[in-house]
Amino acid sequence: MNTEIKDKIEVTKPPIASIGVIGWLRKNLFSSWSNTILTLLGIYILYSIIPSFISWAFIDASFVGSTKQECSKEGACWIFIKENLKLIFYGLYPSEELWRINSMYFILLVCGIYILTPNLKYKGWVGSFLLILFPILSVVMFSGGFGLETVETRLWGGLFLTLVIAGVGIVLSLPIGVMLALGRRSKLPVVSLLSTIFIEIWRGVPLITVLFMASNMFPLFMPEGVNFDKLIRALIGVMFFSAAYLAEVVRGGLQAMPKGQYEAAQAMGLSYWRMMALVILPQSLKMVIPAIIGSFIAIFKDTTLVLVIGLFDFLGIIQFVGTNPDWLGFSHEGYVFAAAIFWIFCFGMSRYSQNLEKKLDTGR
Amino acid sequence: MTTELMIEMNNVHKWFGDLHVLNDVNLKVNKSEKIVICGPSGSGKSTLIRCINRLEEHQRGEIIVEGTELTNDSRSIERIRGEVGMVFQQFNLFPHLSILDNVTLAPIWVRKTPKAQAIDKAMEYLKRVQIDDQAFKYPSQLSGGQQQRAAIARALCMEPRIMLFDEPTSALDPEMIKEVLDVMVGLAEGGMTMIVVTHEMGFAKEVADKIIFMDEGQIVEAKSPDDFFNNPESERTKTFLSQIL
Repeated sequence: MNTEIKDKIEVTKPPIASIGVIGWLRKNLFSSWSNTILTLLGIYILYSIIPSFISWAFIDASFVGSTKQECSKEGACWIFIKENLKLIFYGLYPSEELWRINSMYFILLVCGIYILTPNLKYKGWVGSFLLILFPILSVVMFSGGFGLETVETRLWGGLFLTLVIAGVGIVLSLPIGVMLALGRRSKLPVVSLLSTIFIEIWRGVPLITVLFMASNMFPLFMPEGVNFDKLIRALIGVMFFSAAYLAEVVRGGLQAMPKGQYEAAQAMGLSYWRMMALVILPQSLKMVIPAIIGSFIAIFKDTTLVLVIGLFDFLGIIQFVGTNPDWLGFSHEGYVFAAAIFWIFCFGMSRYSQNLEKKLDTGR
Repeated sequence: MTTELMIEMNNVHKWFGDLHVLNDVNLKVNKSEKIVICGPSGSGKSTLIRCINRLEEHQRGEIIVEGTELTNDSRSIERIRGEVGMVFQQFNLFPHLSILDNVTLAPIWVRKTPKAQAIDKAMEYLKRVQIDDQAFKYPSQLSGGQQQRAAIARALCMEPRIMLFDEPTSALDPEMIKEVLDVMVGLAEGGMTMIVVTHEMGFAKEVADKIIFMDEGQIVEAKSPDDFFNNPESERTKTFLSQIL
């Protein structure tokens, strides 16, 4: 090739230092002296944490065996988790009845995969099955009746209990939150006042207080002999608590709606409820998906507080198992495992929210 | 032409706070009549037509639409809104729905038209405003002129007896104004009863049976286009005309 042309080609390319890996590094990590120092410091910190964690959690860790004597001193003892897996996942739920929980997990998993798979028909039906029939079926399957042996809720525990509380809290708090948000913006003074009072009271109280009230104070107000299940009381507490937070999130979305959308819907003769259901809520809920999922993640993690009223959720049971004399001294493993499982669920929700946002994006 | 009375406004007053936005407005609109309302901004012209489908509430006087007086009764308001189509300055299409869904929403949910039938009718109206090829797109993918035509189709799909236009071309780029006005002219020729708030005086001359000039909440002048442009009586009308023509 003749050099003149070659020079020309060289000129039309962007300078090496601004593209590719080098360009990225220069732009993002070494753009100034202070950034370079921060980058090096970051690398040093990661270097001093990650390798030692990996060797503790994987390389030096013990996976095989069934007693703590088989664990190495240097690494993590995952035998502890393995041997107590039934407790951690199901609590004290009777072993011969575990199929009931597992089959519901299976149904949930199948329906979930079906809904998440793109381009399938009848998703609406599967969704309504999950929201309406599935909870009813779950109550029967989990607590007994119709020929199934009764399992008291005090035996429920572990990850199963966490999922029950978080699931009920998440599924029921959204509709209640939406109603509260609409109520607070209502033109009827009584509705708006009551909704506002409800929201502000529940938001003003820490969840731990709500749970204490539900478990210790609430029975005092009930007539003699009337007794609600402790779990149900906790569920109601969690549900209203998160509904109050969601109400404010949803109200934010409603307020961001342009007035023209309301007017166009009204001008075509839609009634208030139809306008909300068909025009306003689909748009305003879409706008606040990140905040809604944020609330869901918060509920999921807050379920760990039910420990204070004597319910052994996932984290609670891990702490409890750690006090077993056979397995003393393995709380690190327990907490790391708990953190990993919590992270998987929360990250899953977060990813789902991002997908949903992308899928529902129709531009503005 | 029959003279069936469609809209009657008698001594209508409205205030926004202390601001007297409609001051003793009297108006009668017959079937198939086309009325153009013009006037400086803030003169109450938009408020006037928004009172007809009760997007704004009047505080004194009476408004009768197709024999029904507008009161707080939400049933009769919803019924009247079904008979009165409205087109907005900002189009106000629903961004989360496709154009076709925008157009079929009200027929399906308000008129209870079966879905297949509503779609057929929607396509017919979309064809009439020449955007049937855009039916499955979302509003954000359309130009302003296309969006406004979709909004007109959306209103027409309810087969309204009256159409209100609130500055339908004010938010459009100049080259798109004509395509919307053409649709409106076609609609007028089809015998629709129309009230149009606009500054498009060419359109007014061509289509209007009566031009109303408003200022400070009052109807200052109401005349046929010829009279309006050639023999305006009030000083305010003359000033306004000199500014916009």
